[in-house]
Amino acid sequence: MTEQRILTAEEMAKTMREVSVAEFFEKNRHLLGYENTTKALITIVKELVDNSLDAADEAGILPEIKVQIKEVGPDRFRISNEDNGPGVVAEKVPLAFGSLLYGSKFHRLRQSRGTQGIGVSGAILFSQLTTGKHAKITSSTGKAIHEFEIGIDVAKNQPHVFSQKEAKNPDKWHGIRIEMEAEGRYIEGKQSVAEYLKQTAIANPHAKIIYDGPNGKITFDRALKEIPKQPKEIRPHPYGIELGIFRRMVSGTKARNVVGFMTSEFSRVGKGSAEQICKLAKIEFSRKPQNLGPDETERLHKAMQMVKLIAPPTDVLSPMGEHVITEGLKKELKAEFFVAVTRPPAVYRGNPFQVEVGLAYGGELAEQDTAQLFRFANKVPLLYHQSDCATTSAATDVSWRAYGLSQSGGGLPQGPVAILVHFASVWVPFTSEGKQAIAEYPEIVKEIKLALQDAGRKLSHFINQRKRTQAQAMRRQIFERYIPVVAEALAKLTGKDEKIILKKFEDIVKRKAEILAQEQEAKEGEKGVEDVGEVIGESKVIEKEKGSEEE
Amino acid sequence: MKEEKKKLEGMGEKILKDVEKGENPNIDIPLRTLSNVKYDEKSGMLTIGDKSAKRYFFNVAHAKKFTQTMMVAAFAKELVDEGIHTSLRDAFYALKRTFPNSNENTFDEQSESDPIIVDIEVALDILREQLHLSADVRGRVVGDVVIEDRGDSVDWSKLGSGGWSIPSNVEEIKFKKVKADFILVIEKNAAFERLHEDKFWQKHKCILLTTQGQAARGVRRLIQLLSTEYKLPVYVMTDIDSYGLYIYSVIKRGSISLSHVSDRLGTPNAKFLGLTMDDIEKYGLQKFTIKAEETDIKRAQELMNYEWFKSPEWQRQLKMLVQKKIKAELEALSGRGLKFMTETYLPEKLKKKEFLD
Repeated sequence: MTEQRILTAEEMAKTMREVSVAEFFEKNRHLLGYENTTKALITIVKELVDNSLDAADEAGILPEIKVQIKEVGPDRFRISNEDNGPGVVAEKVPLAFGSLLYGSKFHRLRQSRGTQGIGVSGAILFSQLTTGKHAKITSSTGKAIHEFEIGIDVAKNQPHVFSQKEAKNPDKWHGIRIEMEAEGRYIEGKQSVAEYLKQTAIANPHAKIIYDGPNGKITFDRALKEIPKQPKEIRPHPYGIELGIFRRMVSGTKARNVVGFMTSEFSRVGKGSAEQICKLAKIEFSRKPQNLGPDETERLHKAMQMVKLIAPPTDVLSPMGEHVITEGLKKELKAEFFVAVTRPPAVYRGNPFQVEVGLAYGGELAEQDTAQLFRFANKVPLLYHQSDCATTSAATDVSWRAYGLSQSGGGLPQGPVAILVHFASVWVPFTSEGKQAIAEYPEIVKEIKLALQDAGRKLSHFINQRKRTQAQAMRRQIFERYIPVVAEALAKLTGKDEKIILKKFEDIVKRKAEILAQEQEAKEGEKGVEDVGEVIGESKVIEKEKGSEEE
Repeated sequence: MKEEKKKLEGMGEKILKDVEKGENPNIDIPLRTLSNVKYDEKSGMLTIGDKSAKRYFFNVAHAKKFTQTMMVAAFAKELVDEGIHTSLRDAFYALKRTFPNSNENTFDEQSESDPIIVDIEVALDILREQLHLSADVRGRVVGDVVIEDRGDSVDWSKLGSGGWSIPSNVEEIKFKKVKADFILVIEKNAAFERLHEDKFWQKHKCILLTTQGQAARGVRRLIQLLSTEYKLPVYVMTDIDSYGLYIYSVIKRGSISLSHVSDRLGTPNAKFLGLTMDDIEKYGLQKFTIKAEETDIKRAQELMNYEWFKSPEWQRQLKMLVQKKIKAELEALSGRGLKFMTETYLPEKLKKKEFLD
C-alpha cells in the first residue's frame, strides 16, 4: 500500500515542474518583461520580431516582417506578426510555441538575440493568462500551409492543440504568422512598440518591417541587401564561468574524468592546463566529474580562474559593422552626418565581446535637445533603465565639448546628435534579470568610450568644416549686403558710374572673399598689437611714419 | 575747388584704386584714444599722435563701419556740393535705413553716426563744420561787442537777458567792434545770469560767456578767435570738481577725443579763476560743499595722471579734492549772499590775479 504512494524522484521533479510553470511565470513576470501592461505589449512584439529575425538570418533570407496591433477592447489588443522566414515544419509547431523551454539556451554561448526572456511561448502564455484565448499559428516551409490553434497546458508544460488545418499554398509562401490577444496598454514615445521597431530597423537595415499599429501604419524600409554573418557558438572560457553554471556543467557532462571534462567543455583548456588546474585544486586527474563533492567543485572552479590561459577566440561574434550602422541610422534619422566605429573584439571575464558605435548629427535632429542614446545588446534595442547602463556611463564620461558639442555637468551631449552603442557578446552581462541595461565592467566601459571618442573625433572634423563653410558664407553674405551701399556712396564721392563700381566690387568679392575670410580667420587667432579701446576698438593698429598725415 | 570737396573725392578715388588693384579697400584713420594723444608742451595743447588704424572692407569686424564711413562721406559731399548745413542728428536720420534684403539698419543710433563723422574729420584732417555738419547749439555770450553774422549786425550788449546764442559754426562771423579787457568763461548758466543781471560785464569791461556745461565746438572756437585776434586774457570759472576742471582743460588744451583739432579749438593762454579748493576755506564755503562720489575721486585721480595737470599747484588742488572727498559748485558762493560773487569774490580774485595755469 505504502509503496504505491512513494513517488519516484523523477515523478517528484515532474510535479514540481507542473506547479512551477505557471507559478514561475507569475512570480517572475518582472524578469520576463511582463511586469506592467505597457511593457508587456512591447515584450510580446519584441519576442515575435526577434524570433522572426533570428529565423530569417539563420536561413539566409532577407527578412520582411509585418507587425500588427489592433485594439479589440478596453486594454485589450490583438497582436500579430508575420515573417518570410523558413517556417517551422508542421509536426514541430506545437512544441516550438506551446511549451516553455526555459533554460534551453543556458549553455549555449553564442551571440544571439534571444536572451531576452522565454521567447514566443512566454508571450503566448501571457496572452492565455490575461485573456484565456488561444494563439493562432500559421506556418509553412513553402509546401502546404498549416494553421494551428494552440494553448499551453500549464500543468504539464505541454502544448494544447485546439485545432489544426491544412491549406494549399499556390504562392509558395514560407514563414510563420502568429496571432494572439493580450491585455496591454498602448502608448507612443520613448518606450513604445513603435520606438522598439524603429530601433530594431536601425540595427537591422537588411530587414523590412511593416508596422500597422493603433495610430497608423509605418514602414521601415530595407536599406541593405547583405545578410549579416552568422555568429559562431563557442565553449565557455574558464575565466567567465559562474559557479552555479559550472556545477550544472559538472553534473551534466558526459566526460569520464575531470581532465577530459575541462578540455572538452571549455575553450582554451588543453591537457596541460587541465592538469595544472587539478593540481591546484588538489583533485586527481582521473576523478569522475559527477562524483565531485560541492567543496571539490568549488575548488576546481577557483583553480580555473588562477591558471594562466589564452583569451577566448574572438572571431565568433557578428558585429553590425560600420557600414550597416551608418546605413541603419541614415534610414531612420534625417541627419546630415553619420559616422560609425567598430572596435576590435575584446574580452571581459573570459567572454569575447565587441563594441561599436554610431553618431548621427545635424539635419532635422533637434538643436536644443539632449542627445538620444540608442542602446543595443546583440542587435536588440534596450529601452529601459538607460541610467544604469554601461553605455550611458561611457557616453557621459566622454568630453563631447572637445568635439564641438555642448555638454553640461556629466550628462549626455546636447545638440542635434544621436548616439548609437551596440554591444555584441556571447554573454551579455545585464545588470538585472530585466535585461535592459549592460553592467559596467571596466573593460566594457573603456571599449565603449574609446569607440565614442574615435567617432567623436570624426564628427568634430565635420562640425569644424561646417562651421568654417557657414562662417565663410556668412562673411560673403555680409560683404554682398554692404556692397551696393558702398558703391552708391563711392559714385557720389567720385562722380563715377555706380554700375561700373558695383561690377568692380562684385568681381573682387568673387576673387577675394574666400581668401580674405581665411586670412581673417588666421588673424583672429592673434591678439591686436595694442588694445585700442573704445573708439576703433576692433581695428588693428599700425604704426605710421610721422609727418605723412600732413598733406 | 574747395579743400573739403577735394579731400572727400580723394577718399573715394583711393578706395576705387584699391578695388582695381585687387587690394582690400581700406581707410586710414588716426586713433583718438588717450594712448594716441600727446601733450605738446610748446603749444600747451593736446595733439594727436601718429598711431592710426586701418578700416578694411573685407573684414567681418570692419565691413559695416567701413560702409558707414563711405555713407557719411558721400552725405557730406552732397552737403558741401549743395551748400546745405545740417546737424549731427539730421545726418543720422538722413543716413538711417535698412540694408536691402536684410533686417539690419545702416545706423541704429546717433551714437553710431557721430563717431563716424569724427573719423572722417580725423582721416581727412578737416573740421566737421567744413563738412557742413554741426552739433547742437549751446553757449551764450554778452559784452560790448558788435558782430556780423550772415549779413545781420548783432550787438551783444543789446540782447536782453539771454545774450547771444553761440552757433556751432562761427567761421563766417566778422567782428565789428570789440570793447573788452578780458573774457570771463562761466560753466554754469545760473552764475552767468546772476553776473549778467548785476551788469558785471559793464562794470569790469569784459565779455561774459557761459559754456552751459562742457564747451561746444562753436564756443571753443569763438573763445580762441576772440582771445587771439584781440589779445584778450581768458579766465575760466567752473565748479571745483573733476568735471568742471576738465571743462577748463578742454577750453585751454583741447580734448582727448578731438585732439586733432586742438590747434583750431584750444586757447592755451586761458587761466583758471576758480573755484579752487583754497577758495572753500578762504571764502568760508565749507558749509556749502558736497561730498565727492567715488566716480569724482576716480576721475580726479585720472586728471592727476594727465601730463598737463602735472604742475605742483594742480597736483595740490587735485590731491586736496581726493583727500577731503569734497567738491563745491559755483552756486555755493550764493550761500554767502546773492551778490557775493559779483561784489566780493570775483573783484578780489581779479584784483589779486589769483589764477591757476
